[in-house]
Amino acid sequence: MSTDLPASARPAPVIFYNDPRVRSIAYQVALCAVVAFLVYGAASNAIENLARARIASGFGFWDQIAGFDISQTLIEYSSRGSTYGRAFWVGLLNTLLVAGIGIVFATILGFAIGISRLSSNWLLAKVAGCYVELIRNLPLLLQLLFWYNAVLKTLPDIRDSISIGWGIFLNNRGLFLPTPIFKHGFGGAEIALFVGIAGGVAYRIWARRQQERTGRQAPVLWVTLALVIGLPLATFIVSGAPLSFEFPQAGRFNITGGSEVLPEFVALLFGLSVYTAAFIAEVVRAGILAVSRGQTEAAFSLGLRPGPTLRLIVVPQAMRVIIPPLTSQYLNLTKNSSLAVAIGYPDLVQVFTGTVLNQTGQAVEVVAITMLVYLVISLVTSLLMNVYNSRMALRER
Amino acid sequence: MKRFTTILALLLAVVAQSASAQTLKAVKDRGMLNCGANGSLAGFGLPDAQGKWTGLDVDFCRAIAAAVLNDAEKVKYVPLSAKDRFTALQSGEVDVLARNTTWTSSRDTSLGLNFTGVNYYDGQGFMVRKSLKVNSALELNGASVCVQQGTTTELNLADYFGANKMQLKTVTFASSNEAVKAYDAGRCDAYTTDASALYAERLRVATPDDHIILPEIISKEPLGPAVRHGDDQWFDIVKWTLFAMMNAEELNISTKNLDEALKSTNPEIKRFVGTEGNFGEQLGLTKEWAVRIVKQVGNYGESFERNVGLGSPLKIERGLNKLWTKGGIQYAPPIR
Ligand SMILES: N[C@@H](CCC(=O)N[C@@H](CS)C(=O)NCC(=O)O)C(=O)O
Repeated sequence: MSTDLPASARPAPVIFYNDPRVRSIAYQVALCAVVAFLVYGAASNAIENLARARIASGFGFWDQIAGFDISQTLIEYSSRGSTYGRAFWVGLLNTLLVAGIGIVFATILGFAIGISRLSSNWLLAKVAGCYVELIRNLPLLLQLLFWYNAVLKTLPDIRDSISIGWGIFLNNRGLFLPTPIFKHGFGGAEIALFVGIAGGVAYRIWARRQQERTGRQAPVLWVTLALVIGLPLATFIVSGAPLSFEFPQAGRFNITGGSEVLPEFVALLFGLSVYTAAFIAEVVRAGILAVSRGQTEAAFSLGLRPGPTLRLIVVPQAMRVIIPPLTSQYLNLTKNSSLAVAIGYPDLVQVFTGTVLNQTGQAVEVVAITMLVYLVISLVTSLLMNVYNSRMALRER
Repeated sequence: MKRFTTILALLLAVVAQSASAQTLKAVKDRGMLNCGANGSLAGFGLPDAQGKWTGLDVDFCRAIAAAVLNDAEKVKYVPLSAKDRFTALQSGEVDVLARNTTWTSSRDTSLGLNFTGVNYYDGQGFMVRKSLKVNSALELNGASVCVQQGTTTELNLADYFGANKMQLKTVTFASSNEAVKAYDAGRCDAYTTDASALYAERLRVATPDDHIILPEIISKEPLGPAVRHGDDQWFDIVKWTLFAMMNAEELNISTKNLDEALKSTNPEIKRFVGTEGNFGEQLGLTKEWAVRIVKQVGNYGESFERNVGLGSPLKIERGLNKLWTKGGIQYAPPIR
């Protein structure tokens, strides 16, 4: 059949305002204009109202001296010398610290419980089920207060600290550890560590290729351990152990020197991990159940044991179902970390939206910055998870 | 969460509201005064088991309601934490903030508040466990101190330790409840806040007798009510409510002898009770505004004694808070 149509059969050229493409662009431009106008109107009205009430506005406060103390600072900070801007970074880093470690813990615990819940061991499955039902149904705030009081009440007073040895002390003000001080010559061990890691990765790739070619399995775990831990350790000893420790010392009121892990941090980390793990467990369970039973049966009939079946057949397929909801659990954990405010952990919300807002009175600016920060954290997290997801996605061969 | 709604309300208020707020009209139309109060500080603001509020600051709100609405009971108390209180006032959630709030320059200016006077001259102190055998705040080098967020206390603490070259570990909580609980559990060596509040908080720890309050007062804490910038009439009403309570005490007018005062020929008393002049109208109220305050709430001295003074569980001496005629520094401008 010929594709040439007579001129009369071709659709008449539409008038531009009837063209659906032009129309949709026009609608979008109009919508953007309306939104921009509303935002502009709201912003200028806000500025005018703040000025009329003579409430300070703008970001000038950022460089003013903060004047208050913060109990946990990952970067240099002092009440008399640091600014509100610095306090913001201190709070943000504290949020990232508890969220980052919390995500790792919650993932490990969540996977363990999710898999246990499907275990053929009746007791294990029931315990995991109870865990999920109990933790999921209690408000997180309540759990945080519970953990905090559990930490404070069960650990001894500072004057009866538990001494664990090697200069480690435990009491209701935290866990006190010796701080390592790296002396000249420690660099050798650091280099050895990097070499070890690189070697370990290379060995894994080689071992995998060999297995694909010949079916022989190499002792990957042991070789990697030897490379990553053994090699730096050996270098460290050979170079004369260039490391000393600053030990915590009991003072009149407190233990000074060394590093300390605050009870507020432990309680928050514990609470967030335990809570989020219950949700992750359900996500994992759903993911595993989504993999058809035939896959497991096929693996068994090929002679695979249950461990490798789970690791090599079931989990990689389940991951495709698990990752999207897992991402939202990670985001939840990060946002929930702002409940820190109830138990005295200095996270972003406590420090910045709490004390800084109260002292400067600049609610609009402070809240806007805080919202922006949480937005960026969320977007970065989901971006990373999307990248991971597309790598795990079904590849058609 | 309460805090979030407060902030949201503020954002909406600054975004949407335009004309300067006519607070007096709004309060009258509503028939109710919205008072930002402390929800957990005995002596200043605290509801009892029946939901009846008492305290020095609570009495002050009742006095405003008496003057404006002729009914001291027409007050809705909004319990506010230290850190949320200013946002609540700025956003219009409350008409007046009477919550043991220290008058400072930045709060009076850039936070957009107007302080209407001082209803309690206070200063910051420390509470420690007796077993520590500490007799002075200057011995607290290296101590952990529990403190409440969003207070002048938080700032004075850092100043005091810095000025005396002492090490400090602060643990900051959003509510005094949590701060006191943590102190009681041994998380901190000391708890610090306004001295008046220390007496109240000491009653909340498990065994009050095991704790002492150190003699040092490390700051000036003039506590007073505040209103928003931008409504001068309302500012005047709140300010003169406080002055009326003090002038009543100075003129010896109390709930007990109010009827005699109404018949008095003393020109000062006549101006106060409204039998001479039109001072109530000048405020935008009626002639008997001050009479209503004394009748329904009492004078400053009566309120002090029953809430924080020797007639209360706190048993605080009046000290600086005596009238200037009795050796204190409480001094109200005259009504004329
Ligand atoms: N006067 C100081 C401190 C006021 C303050 O908030 N004190 C605390 C410590 S007692 C309080 O009243 N807490 C009671 C609560 O938040 O429930 C200020 O204005 O910053």
